[in-house]
Amino acid sequence: MKSNDVILKSVTRVAAVIILTFSIYLFMNGHHHPGGGFIGGLSMASSIVLLYLSFGIEKVRENIRVDFKKLSAIGVLIAVATGMVSAVFGKPFLTQTFGHVDLPIFGDTELASALIFDTGVALAVIGTAVNIILSISEDR
Amino acid sequence: MTIFYTFIFLPLISAMLVPLLYKYFNRIVHTGWFVLLVPSSIFVYLLQYIPGVAAGDTYKYTLSWIPSLDMNIVSYVDGLSLLFGLLISGVGTLVIIYSIFYMSKVREALHNFYIYLLMFMGAMLGLVFSDHLLVLYGFWELTSVSSFLLISYWYERKSSRQGALKALLITVLGGFGMLAGFIMLIMMADTYSIREMIANLDVIQSHALFIPAMLCILLGAFTKSAQFPFGIWLPDAMEAPTPVSSYLHSATMVKAGIYLVARMTPIFGGSSVWFWLVAGIGIITMLYGSLTALRQTDLKAMLAYSTISQLGLIMCLLGVGSLAVYFGPGESGTIFTVATFAALFHLFNHSTFKGSLFMVVGIIDHETGRRDIRYLGGLMQVMPVTFTIALIGGLSMAGLPPFNGFLSKEMFFAAVNDVSQTGIFGLSSIGILFPIIAWVASIFTFVYCMIFVFKTFGGQYRPEKLTRKVHEAPWGMLFSPALLALLVIFIFFFPNVLGKYILTPALTAILPMMPMSPYDLKISAWHGLNMELVMTIGVIVVGLLLFKTTKQWIQTMRSYPQKLTLNHWYNQGLSGTERLSVSLTNRYMTGSLRHYLIYIFSFFVIVLISSLLLLHGLQFDFASNAAISIFDAGLVLGMVIAAGTVLFAGNRIVAIVALGALGYMVSMFFVIFRAPDLALTQMVVETVTTVLFLLCFYHLPKLTKSIERIPFKLTNLVISIAMGLTVTLLALSANGHKLFEPISSFFENAFELAGAKNIVNAILVDFRGFDTMLEISVLVIAGLGVYVFIHQRSKRREQNEIE
Repeated sequence: MKSNDVILKSVTRVAAVIILTFSIYLFMNGHHHPGGGFIGGLSMASSIVLLYLSFGIEKVRENIRVDFKKLSAIGVLIAVATGMVSAVFGKPFLTQTFGHVDLPIFGDTELASALIFDTGVALAVIGTAVNIILSISEDR
Repeated sequence: MTIFYTFIFLPLISAMLVPLLYKYFNRIVHTGWFVLLVPSSIFVYLLQYIPGVAAGDTYKYTLSWIPSLDMNIVSYVDGLSLLFGLLISGVGTLVIIYSIFYMSKVREALHNFYIYLLMFMGAMLGLVFSDHLLVLYGFWELTSVSSFLLISYWYERKSSRQGALKALLITVLGGFGMLAGFIMLIMMADTYSIREMIANLDVIQSHALFIPAMLCILLGAFTKSAQFPFGIWLPDAMEAPTPVSSYLHSATMVKAGIYLVARMTPIFGGSSVWFWLVAGIGIITMLYGSLTALRQTDLKAMLAYSTISQLGLIMCLLGVGSLAVYFGPGESGTIFTVATFAALFHLFNHSTFKGSLFMVVGIIDHETGRRDIRYLGGLMQVMPVTFTIALIGGLSMAGLPPFNGFLSKEMFFAAVNDVSQTGIFGLSSIGILFPIIAWVASIFTFVYCMIFVFKTFGGQYRPEKLTRKVHEAPWGMLFSPALLALLVIFIFFFPNVLGKYILTPALTAILPMMPMSPYDLKISAWHGLNMELVMTIGVIVVGLLLFKTTKQWIQTMRSYPQKLTLNHWYNQGLSGTERLSVSLTNRYMTGSLRHYLIYIFSFFVIVLISSLLLLHGLQFDFASNAAISIFDAGLVLGMVIAAGTVLFAGNRIVAIVALGALGYMVSMFFVIFRAPDLALTQMVVETVTTVLFLLCFYHLPKLTKSIERIPFKLTNLVISIAMGLTVTLLALSANGHKLFEPISSFFENAFELAGAKNIVNAILVDFRGFDTMLEISVLVIAGLGVYVFIHQRSKRREQNEIE
């Protein structure tokens, strides 16, 4: 990853934004359309990996100051915590619920607790994928 | 009900708070003061059960855990469990007071200590109150684990680690045996509840598994209660801090085996095998323990062997008491009921005097820095209070009046005398051995008690042999042993208070079929001049003679060859097993990835193909298949080409890219079959794995410089073809079978049930949310594993470079 590759860098600058946006779309859309935490998380991870590949680890680390090990742990904790919440309300562990809310701009919106669980999944996937790839690539 | 469970689980719950208390308050207050609240409040709570239980009531509570599998935490408060519950919380309170002064606030990792101790306390309480056999087993193993952690508390010492390992190996071995026995019992009685088993005795006793189940359960009880020949772990467990030895390894945990034998007496009692094993092993253990205790020079080891010996005594009494089940209500039955009563009485007494003795040894160790009697002596002048406590405890253990040990020892002699006169189970010929062994073992007990007390406190005071200036212990360390010593005397004068409120209800729990009359169960110090009293006088006379002549014989005892001890055989067995396991493992763990893949795939092929053939699963049904379109054919062709490229590529990059292409084409199949979620996932996974492959590729050794093909290996070919064939056959025949109603109709209601239009996502996050949660946990663990492996390796490499 030492080579000074202008084309790759220029393309990545645009592509990373598109992939990131698309991965958020995939994640948010998962409840009703193809997508979800796993796919959204993985595609976000792949865009981060693309950044690493084209700009080098040091430079990206300066700009994205996230510890991916902690991120994955937080993801699992969120997922487990949503399970706990249902247990607190006397329902079986990991019972999910949903409801419809009338929001000012978005109109009739469905809010599902599954989305919080899915956030946990996405964070765990992003954290783990990036973490593994970083560890292996740093081992020189 | 909630209150009961709050108190039973209080130790486990409060263990979570200990680290916080340690972190924020330890500098001001010793953490032990907070922990003290736990056992003392449990003790006070349990006290209020005494009137009800003494009146014959029992209490049953159920906390549902996994109701669909009939796994519930069913608790049962009767006399026996209450006796143990009071012992656990009562001795626990005293031990924690003692530990506050014994364990240094500054030097020790107190949070670890108290967490383990609370964990043990919770496990032990759960164990004695549990009516559900499998729950009981779970708590049983938890006590072994917490004992392991406590023995290895000073883990920097090699002997601590080895002692902990030994205790764990032996008790867990017994635990597994016990689990097998429990499972047999459950199969026989078709219930998990001990109570219901006792109600269905006929089914169990006529079953073929009766004896195997009994043997397995006894294995668990004997290993836990350190019976011969499994008792060797207990002396090594003395590496633990003294409060632990006094609590786990004399007062409570080692009595779990006794508890189990007592609990199982209504089921197994009355059988000759049970009698011979429990009473026979018990009395042999008593002799072995007392004889070996004589040889010890370390005070704690001496007490450990003495504990083994005393546990043998209690076990023997329980075995003798089980004859009551054989005889049933009547005169002979009553005699042996009294033996069981004596077992309970001695169990309680042992906890009082042995607990105080252990604390005394802790004080001596703490103040003088020595535990070896060859260096100690004359401590009477400097530590008068400690001496008094040791004297009370020691004489009680020796069986002298006016201490509680005298009462239970007399009852023990009475029981073994009764056994020798019973004509059943072949006792008419060799039954006389029981009183003889008991008498001889009691003499040895008397002698080591004398050695314990007078070699330490009597004789010449030699401060030059001690490393520090000796003075009396602080009041906090004296409080607990002094209280126990007072109890020792109190029980001698008022034994029937204890008998009426605590022991008789416990006896009712062990022998529910026997009618108890308060007259039979009256404990009195003076029985008139009978055989028992003569035996006690004999013990004192012979014991004193032996003690006066100690110098003549003690060296012979101590020079007993090391090669003939049980410990030596244990060590030999352990290292032999290790060698065998190493040589066996080295045969197949070659370190070659190719070999491991061969094992995995051939196992896969053999198991699946043979089950497919044996279960006649090889049926194909193509009737409902869709027609093959041109896209499908094209994709398959492309996949075959890509796979071939992987095989014949001379360059690794080409192989990896071809593999990626293969994966993308699989995702195209998902597109054709209208599974966009799967297609997306496959595509992204394929991208990420290709990057991973390329990264790993960096670490692989270079292929040979000249471009040549990887050498052909026949095994690889056979295994890969077999693997492909297996998966294909399996997939085809899975399609040909419709054994069960498809469950997909349930998932079609995803919108009503989960408010989600995307079924796949609804399955992932809602219907099968548990799976997903565990999957991401595994994923994160694997990721952290990769991180740790790689970083440790590079760290080690850096260190090597520095060196």
